[in-house]
Amino acid sequence: MGLITSPASLTLVEADDGTKIMNPNIVITSFDKIINWARVSSLWPMTFGLACCAIEMMAVYASHNDLDRMGIIPRGSPRQSDFMFVAGTVTKKMSEVVRRVYDQMPEPRYVISVGSCANSGGIFNSYSTVQGCDTFLPIDVYIPGCPPRPEAFIDGIIKLQEKMRAEHFHWSRWR
Amino acid sequence: MEPAEIAEKIKEQFPDEFLEVREFRGQAAVTVKKGRLVDICRYLHDEPSLFFDFLVDLCGVDYLGKKENRFVVLYNLYSVRHRHRILVKAEVPEASPSIDTVVPIWAGANWHERECFDLFGITFNGHPDLRRILLPEGWEGHPLRKDYPVKGPGPDQEWKGFTEVLARAQRYKEFEWDE
Amino acid sequence: MDNLFEEQEKSFETKQLTISLGPQHPATHGVLRLDLLLDGETVVKCTPYVGYLHRGVEKLGETKTYFAALPLSDRLDYISSMNNNVGYVNAVEKLFGIEAPERAKFIRTMVAEMGRLSSHIIWLGTHVLDIGATTPFLLAMASREKILDLFEILCGARLTVSYPRVGGVRNDVTQEFLDRLYEYVLEFPARMDDYETLVTENRIWKDRTVDIGIISAEEAVNWGLTGGTLRGSGVDYDVRRYAPYDAYDKVEFDVPVGVKGDCYDRYLVRIGEMRQANRIIKQCIEKLPAGPILADAPKFTLPPKDLILKDMEHLIHQFILITKGPTVPEGEVYVGTEVPKGELGFYFVSDGTGKPYRMRVRAPSFVHASVMPRLCEGGLIADVIANIGTIDIVLGECDR
Repeated sequence: MGLITSPASLTLVEADDGTKIMNPNIVITSFDKIINWARVSSLWPMTFGLACCAIEMMAVYASHNDLDRMGIIPRGSPRQSDFMFVAGTVTKKMSEVVRRVYDQMPEPRYVISVGSCANSGGIFNSYSTVQGCDTFLPIDVYIPGCPPRPEAFIDGIIKLQEKMRAEHFHWSRWR
Repeated sequence: MEPAEIAEKIKEQFPDEFLEVREFRGQAAVTVKKGRLVDICRYLHDEPSLFFDFLVDLCGVDYLGKKENRFVVLYNLYSVRHRHRILVKAEVPEASPSIDTVVPIWAGANWHERECFDLFGITFNGHPDLRRILLPEGWEGHPLRKDYPVKGPGPDQEWKGFTEVLARAQRYKEFEWDE
Repeated sequence: MDNLFEEQEKSFETKQLTISLGPQHPATHGVLRLDLLLDGETVVKCTPYVGYLHRGVEKLGETKTYFAALPLSDRLDYISSMNNNVGYVNAVEKLFGIEAPERAKFIRTMVAEMGRLSSHIIWLGTHVLDIGATTPFLLAMASREKILDLFEILCGARLTVSYPRVGGVRNDVTQEFLDRLYEYVLEFPARMDDYETLVTENRIWKDRTVDIGIISAEEAVNWGLTGGTLRGSGVDYDVRRYAPYDAYDKVEFDVPVGVKGDCYDRYLVRIGEMRQANRIIKQCIEKLPAGPILADAPKFTLPPKDLILKDMEHLIHQFILITKGPTVPEGEVYVGTEVPKGELGFYFVSDGTGKPYRMRVRAPSFVHASVMPRLCEGGLIADVIANIGTIDIVLGECDR
């Protein structure tokens, strides 16, 4: 789908991916596409920092990298958020809290696992660290790095957007 | 004051409690018996020429199989007024791993002692609130002991709280969206 | 009428309320949890819970050689990893009995002060953000990004740098790095003036911080506070001044000290420290001596990388040092260094092998978090947030 201005005639203009545009005021598209477009353009993440990666997460929200331009505004409450960064080392003591925050988020919800510690335990192969947060959370995107650069964060978000764009009917389910 | 002089003063004041003094790289570590530790600390804190008003650190060391008394509790003391330092070590046997608290002397010892209890299993008599601090309640074992494996005791003896989280994740899987 | 009010008050029952702040809360700077017992808006009892980020750094340190444990220190206080590295290598050098060459010392001092700047900038941004101002946060993060860029030129990493090495530093500084750093240093006072214009005399800021969380000098020492939190109470204690390590005895700097010991004084102290850090960096660039960057102690330092790639003997030497670790004299040392949060101490017990028998990290944040009940009880719940910001804790270091 794409919003392109067509000539003022009533002929149908076909956009790049099958969406048909009749004139500047009428857009014919599939429900999936328009809803996914709206979802992808205003992703609200849960503000949830755990360790080192949270500092890079702050950097990516803040002035230099500015996620606002992608429609991403951090939310303080899980009830209003679309996805969650698991940014940092997840310890066993913390795992319950992480899971509870995830359970409070409404469907559809996504999780991005950030950094080596959340992906696999990283250098902390010890008694108190969870070896990868995918043991108790469904993860959509893994961002590697220790910690990942802000560019990697943005890349991870773009990957998530790609995934969401390809989804079918993933927006209406009640649970 | 030089570390050796401080050690000498402790020896003079508490000849029965004093075990040994070791100097390494300009720092002196005095080993004492644990019985009258609070008196020694009180003396170090109150004596005007010493005036150790700042407890920098309190930690345990596990000498499993290396020493007769397995544990050592280390008190790292500094005087902000006189700018001198001394390390005081108290030996704690494995059979009765307990020592008196120094919280009434230095308020900052509170959390250090809780941590030492958490990670070494040394109890501090008279501590106002002796609970686990870094590890969750219900954790078994004391990780900084030398006989505790680095990667934990294994999946069979996993901490209950974490196995519950895993079980819950498994249970909630059916509610997840599947393509 | 008076009677009526009395009647009303009698029938109006109040109840104390317990709320849990954290571990997932934007203003707790990580994963600190506070259980607050409230009577209306007044905090009756405050119980901090830490350990949500306990990764077992001390235990892991015992399983690695002295060289390999360096990256663990990065992740203690991840906002100022450079300072942790410097603290770690200083402690290990004292244990080994070696000393870094003069140039390496100056470089370390310089990068440590850059770490201090970047940490204090984050502290300023988040502390002010918690209390309600967004602009300084965005300004501060833009400024911090420049320091991180400089770190990247220096060693390739932004946050977890692992740049200092036992006996020196990893690589020499380039002229481009020095030029750009000097440029930054020259413009920094103007940036500081910007922040101060926004915050220091701001009425809302003063209302929220003046006379909040007062702690007297004696009490602060008794609780074991260090760093800016202690100096805010008027105690002139700075490890850089009274037990100088690296090149701190060769540069001039002042130690800002507060008077009253409230949040505002601690704020002023840290603002002063930022200006002093800038001053130290400037002197380091100007005085930077020529010479080697790694100590000439082959038994304790890794050989240079270019020789390892060319020369068999150096390769074997490096292999032995990496796998077995150096042969260290038996003994124990404690070395404290001044990191942005306070005094970070490393205590090593060596049993003569290449791995530490016991590695203890004396974390300033741990002590500072323990003083929360003392600061918060009796105050308002809004002041809890001001207090968390002012003691400047990082939970990675607190929980280790």
